[in-house]
Amino acid sequence: MRNYLNEDYRLSSWLLTRDHKRIGLLFMLSITGFFVIGGLAATIIRLELMTPAGDVVTADTYNKLFTMHGVTMVWFFLIPSIPNVLGNFLIPMMIGARDLAFPRLNLASWYLFMLGGFVTVYALIRGGVDTGWTFYTPFSTMFSNTHVVPALLGVFIAGFSSILTGLNFIITIHKMRAPGLTWMRLPLFVWTIYATSIILVLATPVLACTVGLLLLERIFHVGIFDPKLGGDPLLFQHLFWFYSHPAVYIMILPGMGVTSELITCFSRKPLFGYRAVAYSSLAIAIIGFLVWGHHMFVSGQSVYAGMVFSFLSFLVSIPSAIKVFNWTATLYKGRITFHTPMLYALGFVGLFSIGGLTGLLLAALAIDVHVHDTYFVIAHFHYIMVGGMVSAYLGGIHFWWPKMSGRLYPESWGRFAAVLLFFGFNLTFFPQFILGYLGMPRRYHEYPPEFQVLNVMSSLGATILAAGYILPLFYLGWSLKYGRVAPANPWNATGLEWQTASPPITHNFEVMPEVTAGAYAYTEHTPLPLEVADDPFARAV
Amino acid sequence: MTHLQEQYDDLEQQHEAAKLGMWAFLATEVLFFGGLILAYLVYRYLFPEAFRQGSKEMEVAFGCINTAVLLTSSLFMALAVQAAKVGKGKTVRRLLVLTALLGAVFLGLKSLEYRNHIRDHKFPGAAFHSELPHAEQLELFYFIYFAATALHALHLTVGCAVVLVIAWRAGRGAYSADYHSPVEVTGLYWHFIDVVWIFLFPLFYLLGQAS
Repeated sequence: MRNYLNEDYRLSSWLLTRDHKRIGLLFMLSITGFFVIGGLAATIIRLELMTPAGDVVTADTYNKLFTMHGVTMVWFFLIPSIPNVLGNFLIPMMIGARDLAFPRLNLASWYLFMLGGFVTVYALIRGGVDTGWTFYTPFSTMFSNTHVVPALLGVFIAGFSSILTGLNFIITIHKMRAPGLTWMRLPLFVWTIYATSIILVLATPVLACTVGLLLLERIFHVGIFDPKLGGDPLLFQHLFWFYSHPAVYIMILPGMGVTSELITCFSRKPLFGYRAVAYSSLAIAIIGFLVWGHHMFVSGQSVYAGMVFSFLSFLVSIPSAIKVFNWTATLYKGRITFHTPMLYALGFVGLFSIGGLTGLLLAALAIDVHVHDTYFVIAHFHYIMVGGMVSAYLGGIHFWWPKMSGRLYPESWGRFAAVLLFFGFNLTFFPQFILGYLGMPRRYHEYPPEFQVLNVMSSLGATILAAGYILPLFYLGWSLKYGRVAPANPWNATGLEWQTASPPITHNFEVMPEVTAGAYAYTEHTPLPLEVADDPFARAV
Repeated sequence: MTHLQEQYDDLEQQHEAAKLGMWAFLATEVLFFGGLILAYLVYRYLFPEAFRQGSKEMEVAFGCINTAVLLTSSLFMALAVQAAKVGKGKTVRRLLVLTALLGAVFLGLKSLEYRNHIRDHKFPGAAFHSELPHAEQLELFYFIYFAATALHALHLTVGCAVVLVIAWRAGRGAYSADYHSPVEVTGLYWHFIDVVWIFLFPLFYLLGQAS
């Protein structure tokens, strides 16, 4: 049968495609590549930290490694991960449209992303940058002798990719919904992508402006951020975090959307408190714009500003907690099955909760002064970014894999990888909370000997975590050729994307759908998700 | 010949999507310029004397004429959009060419002004020179001035190019009463460039003139 994958096999049909599904797959391939580069940098970092002495790389190389890790993971993996891969693939199908509103812009977004990615990664690998992913001034403008200009140029270019994609999603969700698909019937994944897109569209231009000013200062040696020349380095931090704190929510909101889809599907229940969960995404996006100053508690900004930012940061926990409580309430008395995507989703809820609660500690002024720039902060945001977002991304990839590829992946391998990732992750990052609380600062390649045990634990955990990442590459790849052919709706899930064939045709639907019910119309009569007959784990649970 | 792209149900949906798309893009532009305007406000607050001096060194005549030129171009643009709505292709072309022409006049005057600044050693960097105390604060004023006005000029250059393309296509009868989204969307963009100048002009030229 004709579908979007086998319609045309020529390379040009991929490189010039306007099909949102193919562009989603292009993004998936590209960010996997960037993930490997960022992951290799992290591997060397963890190897260096096995021993207290700096014996694997020099301090300079170490600086370049953590910069490379941060820059690639933030801008070239996490930010585009769920929005550009799953968002691209799913949004038009979930709202019953033939494509995004602006397919050509969508393709342009991928090319801009690749151009930016190549420029930055080339700079990071060939010369290296030693400023950290935050590029703080005046170090980045006046003192660093590394490849700051090309690295930032790539980030600048990739920013326009973010803007185009966010804009495309907003217009599509506003204008292209199927008849009967009201806002309150939208899947929550669409709500979170909508909230994410608002951040992409409103925050990214500020990053572009900031990066532009930084580059001008570095090239013309004018002190817009350099205090020696009358500039104000705090202004850089304000502008940078005005983008980069909302960007943190770009890196978690879509994960929350995926989790909402997975938990309802594998509990066979409508989401508890749909309306509150939907609005909480918008609340996170809006309040997220007002909390950037909590990155600057020890920077010398005024104490009063610090107090206000602290208070506002506590406020973000309310909509976040609404989501966690409502996911838990959805599980209550649900008909739960522990398929691979569900394991990732449950992992997400637990790890996100730990990441979120430790965020409250960091939002408190006094505690933040104590743990600022320590491994406590590293552990906190990795619980959100990796434990949260990457778990959700992998959960989503598994959940929609039959739809993307038309094949079923081996369920027992999937479960094994999901559990491995959960344990590996905790072993890697939980010791870092303790290390940070005991006072180990971030960004040093040496440390006092008494920290070694915890660091070795963390490095061992990273090995397990790496295995958890690599396994899916193998069995998902294997399933493309040898996996069982997937039916249209293997999970017996609701949602428009499951009403079309797996894989779908190029314009998604043979007959354009009309919507008469909410996104999660699960009842006690809804059959359970497909049981995989040759899977011993499925029967055991 | 149909103008309906395959992802849309009808022309109205397509038109609405195009308009909302441009508005969202303009929102990103507001934030883009917003960073620069914030930098201006912060340094104006920190260095009021130097910034007053900077405003006094501006040639107000250039600024005034350019403001008038740009506002007039927006009038022609608005008329072009009206003409497009009733399907008068030739009129649209004539009005759009006038719009782009005035845009070019603005850019010409701006480059004369830049030439004068550079002649007076006011371009930030190694060549910057001022006899006044706190020269580095005045240099910051010029830095932000050049960054903001050059970014504005870049937008205007892109605008002129787009307007000329649309004018050429309008002359060939590409637009009709049913289908004129490109003209309307370009109009939104053009007016936005105009509005940005309406903010930049008083910030750099007028504030501080009176004292």
